Amino acid sequence: MSPLVAGFTWLLLFQCAGEAVVQLAGLPVPGPVAGMALLFAALLVRGHAPSALDVAADGLAKHLSLLFVPAGVGVMLHVARVADEWVPIVVALLVSTVLAIAVTAYVFQHLAQRHESRDPGAES
Amino acid sequence: MSAQPLFELWVYLAATPLAGLTLTLVAYAAGWWCYARTGMHPLANPVLIAVALIVAALAAAGTSYRTYFDGAQFVHFLLGPAVVGLAVPLAREWRSVRRLAVPIAGALAAGSLVALVSAVGLAYALGASPATLLSLAPKSVTAPIAMGIAEKLSGLPALAAVFAVTTGILGAALGKYVLDACRVRDWRARGFALGLAAHGIGTARAFQVNPDAGAYAGLAFALHGLVAAILFPLGWWWLRSGA
Repeated sequence: MSPLVAGFTWLLLFQCAGEAVVQLAGLPVPGPVAGMALLFAALLVRGHAPSALDVAADGLAKHLSLLFVPAGVGVMLHVARVADEWVPIVVALLVSTVLAIAVTAYVFQHLAQRHESRDPGAES
Repeated sequence: MSAQPLFELWVYLAATPLAGLTLTLVAYAAGWWCYARTGMHPLANPVLIAVALIVAALAAAGTSYRTYFDGAQFVHFLLGPAVVGLAVPLAREWRSVRRLAVPIAGALAAGSLVALVSAVGLAYALGASPATLLSLAPKSVTAPIAMGIAEKLSGLPALAAVFAVTTGILGAALGKYVLDACRVRDWRARGFALGLAAHGIGTARAFQVNPDAGAYAGLAFALHGLVAAILFPLGWWWLRSGA
């Protein structure tokens, strides 16, 4: 079987398992997230991903932005709300995105520098 | 030749899922062409261009979102397996993740909190309605997870998806300028920030710029989705039971 088909089958199987766990246990988590956690646990136990999974997951990741297009077009459904509340929406999205990028990058760089200067052999 | 048969053909085609699916891929290809022609300029984001083209085409043809989505759902559906597949880069990077556990956990907590509090706080101060506030809360998380969270918070899932996609486009478009202004040169930090704040669309941008940035963006995107999917509904439940 082609690695793309095999890998995609594994992804769907883990998504099904995730949905089943969420439904049976009544967890407040979306099914695909539970599927991701299950697959992650399985990969850690196994040690490495089979190459078929690499192919399928990387293929989807490469075209990730395409997958968001239908959800983005959904703005059509909420034109009235967005037009009514455009000031708070635009300000909140713009400012919080800029702030989140700046704070995350700054904290990461600062902590990584401190961490690596204390343990210089870590970078390999 | 009369226009009648052509019109009938158009009416027939526009009502099939084929039209919505084809339109999505053609618009994305056009968006990608513009992006590539501008040397991958961050402001020429392919998702933004594709969404604008599709909305214009649907409005011109008088086609409803529901009819469009009958076809587009096949693309939308793939978000599920794509989220599951995030476990693969996460497991691949696990060694370096464990080594950099402190910066990763610190940046994840700080960034997630800033994204949530600043968005909801600003919108609240400027008078947004409760449904808008609840749909804004998960906007830095990837669209399918944001929809799930908004549902648990009793917000509007479709609106949450729009906010998430808009945030992703904004982050991918503005990230370079913000990071340059903050003088962050570490590719890992740049990628992690893009993935955390702008989820999948930021991650796609990071992969196009630098492979290290891409790997850390994917990591931040997966971790933020996982943590937010668990903590946001629990936090909301705690807030409501406490008040």
